[in-house]
Amino acid sequence: MQEMMKKRALQLLQDGTVERVLAWKTGEFSYDITPAVFESAEEIEKDFVYDAFCAANLSKYLVALSKKEGKTLAFLKPCDSYSFQQLMKEHRVDRDNVYIIGIACDGKADADKIKDSGIKGIKNIADNGDKLVVETIYSESTELDKKDFLAERCLNCKSRKVVIYDEMIGENGEVLDSNRFDMVEKIEAMTSEERFEFWQNELSRCIRCNACRNVCPACTCEKCVFDNDASGIANKAAANSFEENMFHIIRAFHVAGRCTDCGECSRVCPQHIPLHLLNRKFIKDMNEFYGEYQAGEDLETRPPLVNFTMDDVEPSIVNEKGGKE
Amino acid sequence: MQIEKKEFKPTIVAFCCNWCSYAGADLAGTNRLNYPADVKIIRVPCSCRVNPMFILRAFQRGADGVILCGCHPGDCHYTTGNYYARRRMTLLFSMLDFLGIERGRTRVEWVSAAEGAKFAQTMNEFVETIISLGENKRLEDLRCKK
Ligand code: SF4
Ligand code: SF4
Ligand code: FES
Repeated sequence: MQEMMKKRALQLLQDGTVERVLAWKTGEFSYDITPAVFESAEEIEKDFVYDAFCAANLSKYLVALSKKEGKTLAFLKPCDSYSFQQLMKEHRVDRDNVYIIGIACDGKADADKIKDSGIKGIKNIADNGDKLVVETIYSESTELDKKDFLAERCLNCKSRKVVIYDEMIGENGEVLDSNRFDMVEKIEAMTSEERFEFWQNELSRCIRCNACRNVCPACTCEKCVFDNDASGIANKAAANSFEENMFHIIRAFHVAGRCTDCGECSRVCPQHIPLHLLNRKFIKDMNEFYGEYQAGEDLETRPPLVNFTMDDVEPSIVNEKGGKE
Repeated sequence: MQIEKKEFKPTIVAFCCNWCSYAGADLAGTNRLNYPADVKIIRVPCSCRVNPMFILRAFQRGADGVILCGCHPGDCHYTTGNYYARRRMTLLFSMLDFLGIERGRTRVEWVSAAEGAKFAQTMNEFVETIISLGENKRLEDLRCKK
């Protein structure tokens, strides 16, 4: 895969179709992959990688890159392509200035899960198809099954279909029947008090690093309430539980109807807060109340929050359909 | 020394749209219908003006319950504002419930300019619900408490 992608990137760069390539390169460790922009063949030869740790969603970078002179080549996984199409829908990216290569996806690995399995001193993790080979600083080498260490979001992947592309590498997949709302339902089945405790326990760990906001492809406002001191909620560390709740409700609400459920917020959270569950709660409610809607799936359907019907449910529906009391 | 046990006086914030519910509240007043003085009315141009953040902010500043009143669906002065407000509040209330905030603390009611009696009755009911729920603890901000 990596070699095919590299070859295509070099071709398109050399024949002048694109000016730059948006892809991934290795960060401090082989399993710590970071998005990167390549502008020359040398850079690509040297740093270009694509493996099980290329989880980062590249679509948000295209908001800025597509405004530059000349085309940008971007490699998009299925979940990234939903985000990109959603950005198109919101007129945040210039489609004509992006050349998209869709890449077939069979799931990304979660390095934290590997660390949690008890292997100490990890130096390098190599992606070997179905296997991951972990090398440690103690010169040990362990072979793991990739499928046992997939990221949570990939285990509940909604779709393996790239929804927008100029060409594909690998065979495009299908929309999947996922169980992504299972955990939301589990929380709904708790009592109100248990839910409160569950979320206090999660949200109180938040250090307000804003990583979740920064990474989110739906959060592309140029001015943000969380940067505005006058908003009263811009303070870095939340002062108390109210601010924690406030930050998380507003963050999730702001992307309701636009969140494609790409899972980036939970992936980047250094405190392992399952933020995607808040987004999924909104998605689940909107599906139930206003009909199935998948953000980023197409360019035409009106998102539920900028739409209505005369006979929508009343807010009191929460009394019947809400979680346990 | 004896600790004085004070009766719980809830603080209720009612966002009322200018064209229907605020006029409804006025009518309740001119008709001398009683509703508790604990209800603080905030006039907004339309129910749709109410951003989810307003509701949260009201709780932060000490509200024990927040109610939004607007024109009946179909009667909004700006034609469709309340339809959007209805979706927004449904989702917000459902999220608050998901986070474990008592769902009785939030409510939406459609009250027309002619429904002074409905306004008074709604407020009486809502205040009773809040009294039974007690003080807002789960969504309070101690820095704002007197
Ligand atoms: S969520 Fe699906 S499309 Fe996205 S990386 Fe995981 S398996 Fe691939
Ligand atoms: S990434 Fe995690 S810790 Fe950082 S602000 Fe978001 S929820 Fe809080
Ligand atoms: S003007 Fe009353 S709800 Fe819009």
